[in-house]
Amino acid sequence: MSDVQTRIAGDVSANDVLLFMKGTPVFPQCGFSAMAVQILNHVGVKFKAIDVLSDPEIREGIKTFSNWPTIPQLYVKGEFVGGADIMREMFEGGELKPFLAEKGVAVEDA
Amino acid sequence: MAMKAADIEKFIKEAFPDAQVEIRDLAGDENHYAATVKSAAFKGKSRVAQHQMVYAALKGNMGGVLHALQLNTGALD
Repeated sequence: MSDVQTRIAGDVSANDVLLFMKGTPVFPQCGFSAMAVQILNHVGVKFKAIDVLSDPEIREGIKTFSNWPTIPQLYVKGEFVGGADIMREMFEGGELKPFLAEKGVAVEDA
Repeated sequence: MAMKAADIEKFIKEAFPDAQVEIRDLAGDENHYAATVKSAAFKGKSRVAQHQMVYAALKGNMGGVLHALQLNTGALD
């Protein structure tokens, strides 16, 4: 593995809920990333965000790492869950919270 | 850069000949699309795997020439 792939693997295993996004949760730089943040906030889960725009190596490296061409990307307990569409489908279908609970991630009761 | 809806459909149909494909140009700019793809090839696959199959069918255009493609996939019997 190249250095950047090792870095990504480290981040993914060190954070229970990790979102690769464009911009930051407070200032998202893309509508899809903004939606991903909104969904996670709405289900009340604590997450770590990595801004790919501030790190070109991660921005390219994550696409190879996940075999996924776009940002945002959500990882839960080291597993790639999906991008914005899948997050939205899971959220709208009421699956996201049970999925997180099943993975042993704390979610606030809204 | 942009991509025609017909080209997107062609890539998808080449990979999944049985697919029912519906493509909408969301912004009218040939750059932000939504696609619904249903194929028997998706049976038993996770959502991530289904989307990865569609991205593979687009042969690297996704994330490059094609900026945004909202995907909705499902299995056909």
